[in-house]
Amino acid sequence: MAIGNWLARLKSGLSKSSSKLVGGITDILTKKKLDDVALQELEDLLISADLGTATAAKLTQDLSKTRFGKEVTPEEVRTTLADEIAKILEPASLPLSVDPARKPFVVLVVGVNGAGKTTTIGKMAHHWRGEGHSVTLAAGDTFRAAAVEQLKVWGARTNSPVVAKDTGADSAGLAFEALMETRKRGDDVLLIDTAGRLQNKDILMAELQKVVRAIAKVDPTAPHATLLVLDATVGQNAHAQVEVFKQMVGVTGLVMTKLDGTAKGGVVVALAEKFKLPIHYVGVGEAAEDLRPFTSRTFARSLMGLDPEAT
Amino acid sequence: MFDTLTDKLGAALNKLTRRGALTEADVTAAMRDVRVALLEADVALPVVKDFIAKVSEKAVGEAVIKSVTPGQLVVKIVHDELIAMLGGEDAAQGVDLAAPAPVAVLMVGLQGSGKTTTTGKIANRLQNKDRKRVLMVSLDTYRPAAQEQLAILGKQAGVISLPIVAGQQPIDIAKRGLDEARRGGFDVVLFDTAGRLTIDEAMMTEIVALRDIIKPHETLLVTDAMIGQDSVTTATSFNEKIGITGIVLTRVDGDARGGAALSMRAVTGRPIKLIGVGEKIDALDVFSPERIAGRILGMGDVVSLVEKAVANIDQAEAEKAAARMAAGKFDLTDMLSQLQQIQRMGDMKGLLGLIPGMGTAMKQMKGGVDLDPKQFKRLEAIIQSMTPKERRVPDLIKASRKQRIATGSGTTVADVNKLLKQHQQMETMMKRMKKMGGMGALAGMFGGGGAAPGSLPGLPGGLGQRPGGFPFGKR
Repeated sequence: MAIGNWLARLKSGLSKSSSKLVGGITDILTKKKLDDVALQELEDLLISADLGTATAAKLTQDLSKTRFGKEVTPEEVRTTLADEIAKILEPASLPLSVDPARKPFVVLVVGVNGAGKTTTIGKMAHHWRGEGHSVTLAAGDTFRAAAVEQLKVWGARTNSPVVAKDTGADSAGLAFEALMETRKRGDDVLLIDTAGRLQNKDILMAELQKVVRAIAKVDPTAPHATLLVLDATVGQNAHAQVEVFKQMVGVTGLVMTKLDGTAKGGVVVALAEKFKLPIHYVGVGEAAEDLRPFTSRTFARSLMGLDPEAT
Repeated sequence: MFDTLTDKLGAALNKLTRRGALTEADVTAAMRDVRVALLEADVALPVVKDFIAKVSEKAVGEAVIKSVTPGQLVVKIVHDELIAMLGGEDAAQGVDLAAPAPVAVLMVGLQGSGKTTTTGKIANRLQNKDRKRVLMVSLDTYRPAAQEQLAILGKQAGVISLPIVAGQQPIDIAKRGLDEARRGGFDVVLFDTAGRLTIDEAMMTEIVALRDIIKPHETLLVTDAMIGQDSVTTATSFNEKIGITGIVLTRVDGDARGGAALSMRAVTGRPIKLIGVGEKIDALDVFSPERIAGRILGMGDVVSLVEKAVANIDQAEAEKAAARMAAGKFDLTDMLSQLQQIQRMGDMKGLLGLIPGMGTAMKQMKGGVDLDPKQFKRLEAIIQSMTPKERRVPDLIKASRKQRIATGSGTTVADVNKLLKQHQQMETMMKRMKKMGGMGALAGMFGGGGAAPGSLPGLPGGLGQRPGGFPFGKR
């Protein structure tokens, strides 16, 4: 797919989320200069986008250092803030590519319930199939009713084989078998789905560690990527999610889903700074094409309602 | 019991040693911390602002009486107002079925909020607890296998779900569901729908059309407790476009503070009717403002703690243990039974998080508290490697027995010594408590934690050994 195409898609998805934010900033700044009141209102807007109190305060202070008391246009403020956000997110813009030295390249997908893991896997399979890779899916969510069936539909859509067992089967055993099978078939990528779990459930987190151990038994270097899927509507609990999943199963990257809604996903700005984890993908719709690599500038500019493609 | 916020507010208000009334300046200073606490709990900003204005008005001029600090007083005012805003004492109780049968209930919400699971849970509750005949209908033709998911949940709960007709569209399925509900003599018909974004016009048009056909008596918005500032937008939009009658908050068993409950209640005026508290089909509770208010303020959730404890405790065994402890007896068999009871209550971190002030206490004692569940298993193994006689008379355990026990449990002599020392401390405490007399029913669970502030028996690491260090009922 052409790059312009996906930018347009991301922009249209994100512009829905950012229109309110932009409207708010425009209202604040059209008629007055940047004073304490205006700064407070800016900070409030960033908080409303889930950036969190600390990050919002920091960004506002940075802005006040250079612009305080000056007559500023909304465009200027937006650009400055977008640049600041992009700067924070820059180290996080690291696309996930299939390492050809690993065969198969094993990706484990984890997250809380309802974050969008299965859908994300379907989209990733579509994406990598489009790049010419052969992909196997492992239906590791052996807990939730019909989760296996859901992944099988994605397998059919992307023409990828699905390794599955009945609901209630041991997910670690399934991951083990899936990896053996993928290896035998010589596929390039294995995407392993897991059941959603809240990070404060010790037993379920231990079960996830067991999945990782089972995978490592077949290939000590695997999983080669462990992705934590975050829902864009998530608030400050995202900090706890990243912290615990990272500690328990060594999360290597993030995916943020449902960015096409009214939720702004601003918490990733704070997450990127705190955990230094790359954000590999964002999800901006329900179709197979609606998952795209994350780029900081595009995300930041789109979040602030600016044209992501402008130079 | 309002540890966390009180401590925070303490910093702002400590200087106020004088008596008298809270001044505007005092309150403004305190409200800065309240604001941050609420925002960190994901209460939406406009709601935070309203709330602060309301509370400030009430707090200014309030007399600081002798027995409380200004900080405690402010927290009490904040806490009371939170409860009032969350629905007060007469909070809603479950699904309203006061309508001619079949009563239609429509479930709506964003993708991944937990609608299908919640539909299954409500059906299970209505049919198996309230003895209603329930029909479930899935109108989610979008997410792969969503209809199958509801059908499977139906089988688990023994609730009938409308047979799936491949390719049928939501409107036609809804009509078929209503027909079936009438013809089959069902009391309640639950309609699960696809997750949708409020800005997705096609999908919102669809849900309006579905509502007009179904004419639901209850329209429940299902939202995840982890949702951030977007909660107001989502709740307002769903309410404006289709008119909701109540809210179900899911994943309350997580560690999110759940500020969304306050936000959504405030902007829609609709009650929070039910909360999801686990993955099992019966993990659904009625909403309690007190519990959520405590969580939002980071003050723990004592009600949940006690309920959780009670639900998981072997009652007979607990009573036996309590009787023995009341008599001042506490041997290693008792300790083993305590360890097992504690483990049955579920994961320790989640449990401790429910205790007021424990959240911050745990962070402060980084490294000091070892809450590794394996530690419990290790202690259990040590006791299980002892003979029954040794468990009754620990004094018997000398060097060679210690060596045998350590080998048997895969631990070291030092570990065995540590356990024996812990046991001794507990035994001493039990005896001391016997002298103080009068232990509550909680004795069986916490070794007196309910009645007297003591340490949790068998808690590994620093916690169990600090006398009175377990901040349960600290104030």
